[in-house]
Amino acid sequence: MSILIYAEHDNNHLKTETHKLVTAAKQLGDDIHILVVGSGCAAVAEQAAAIAGVARVMLADNDAYAHQLAENTADLVLSIAEGYSHILAAATTTGKNFMPRVAALLDVVQLSDIIGIESADTFIRPIYAGNAIATVQSSDTVKVITVRASAFDAAEEGNSASVATLDTVIENTQVTFESDEMTKSDRPELTAAGIVISGGRGMQDGEHFAMLERIADQLGAAVGASRAAVDAGFVPNDMQVGQTGKIVAPQLYIAVGISGAIQHLAGMKDSKVIVAINKDPEAPIFQVADYGLVADLFEALPEIEAALAG
Amino acid sequence: MKILVPVKRVIDYNVKVRVKSDQSDVDLTNAKMAMNPFCEIAVEEAVRLKEKGVATEIIAVSIGPKACQEQIRNAMALGADRGIHVECDTFPESLQVAKILASLVEQESPGLVIIGKQAIDSDNNQTGQMLAALTKLPQATFASAVEVDGDSLKVTREIDGGLQTLKLSMPAVVSTDLRLNEPRYAKLPDIMKAKRKPLAVMTADELGVDITPRVTTLKVTPPPARSAGVKVETVAELMTKLRDEAKVIS
Repeated sequence: MSILIYAEHDNNHLKTETHKLVTAAKQLGDDIHILVVGSGCAAVAEQAAAIAGVARVMLADNDAYAHQLAENTADLVLSIAEGYSHILAAATTTGKNFMPRVAALLDVVQLSDIIGIESADTFIRPIYAGNAIATVQSSDTVKVITVRASAFDAAEEGNSASVATLDTVIENTQVTFESDEMTKSDRPELTAAGIVISGGRGMQDGEHFAMLERIADQLGAAVGASRAAVDAGFVPNDMQVGQTGKIVAPQLYIAVGISGAIQHLAGMKDSKVIVAINKDPEAPIFQVADYGLVADLFEALPEIEAALAG
Repeated sequence: MKILVPVKRVIDYNVKVRVKSDQSDVDLTNAKMAMNPFCEIAVEEAVRLKEKGVATEIIAVSIGPKACQEQIRNAMALGADRGIHVECDTFPESLQVAKILASLVEQESPGLVIIGKQAIDSDNNQTGQMLAALTKLPQATFASAVEVDGDSLKVTREIDGGLQTLKLSMPAVVSTDLRLNEPRYAKLPDIMKAKRKPLAVMTADELGVDITPRVTTLKVTPPPARSAGVKVETVAELMTKLRDEAKVIS
């Protein structure tokens, strides 16, 4: 069986989601191909070719693909879909955006956000904000799947697969890219960080997030937030950890001033070690925390900062 | 311009679901049901576009058992002008829902379809994208701002790492993210008025869509439980534990 993986990247760097998808793909078969779609992204194709277990890399490098717009990307994937038993993309905002189109145009159901693979047609995925785990079997001939990358380990590097160039250019004129406004940060990305420190409504306002940022910089951590903090306007939505935001599973997750609503827990409960700091000893977050500290965060955070500096 | 807004009946987002003991599904017996939160945001956005004079008519569509009419009435109380209920015994799969909606788009020719990005029961996040692909309409998913300018549309999207703005020709399909707006509550007089608004009932069969499932749920289990650990008394104790016991910081 041949498996196609859609590479997650920013035109310069291949993201670790792709390495994790290779691990998932290895559970399905051994003829693993990676498709790199973008503009000026030849280096990404080389990085993809270095992942152990990859048989072949295809590179579609054209201005039309610079922003990986769903219409163009989906049609490009469809143009090479024949012969693949499984098509995989990470359940990121890129994968979630175009993959359902691929599924619809192949007339198959998409299996969204899988966290486990039982067999070539049976998969495990969370439903109801992670409050239930479903094992589902698809009768479709091609399986179109988005994968929750954090549920799989990253495949090692050490390979030099061949890279083929795809010349197909698909440029939909109904949609054009206007602009983007990326959050500038020297910190690691939430979904890739080994340590995440998140703030909730208890932070009281956006400015207090600077306290978390200083600790994040000391730890090399990413900064996240609960939906309550996003809803309250403290921080932008791309910082949201939870079922409707990002799903993270770092080595260490520090929840500060977060009560632990179901929807937040769904986004972080697979972290290896969870620390909760909250002044309410009854906060549900303590039920999932490995280490709980009942304290006023405005006292505890400066102490942590001092301890890390010392 | 007409706006088509699909609304899904789901378990109320405040209710914690439980898995049935035979692991066949989640147990929704007597559970409080409501409109999916992302669909509420979609209705609100449509109503705001009507209030601005951009839209002239809002059509709320729901697909599923008869009880879905509650959510259509709810959408009408919030400002939808009429409803379409596509009655099915169960909730069809996303692809089938997209096909049903595609058929309605063909009948109604809306200028815009505003749809929630995902339903909080199946958590698929795919119907809007599938609908756009099937109808060959441009799509803008995960919208946090929508601006209609003549016959084009500017949509700001929530993407990993920031925001992206796209320009789309209309008709188009937009899926809503959390920050697009804050939905209003229905007022009592509007709830009463909604009861008299027109509601058409049809079947998937009449729309030419086969709703035989393609995916079988083999079992549904509760997520692995995570047990509470220890409480520490001081920051110093916490730091020691993280360094020496958990070994997650150096």
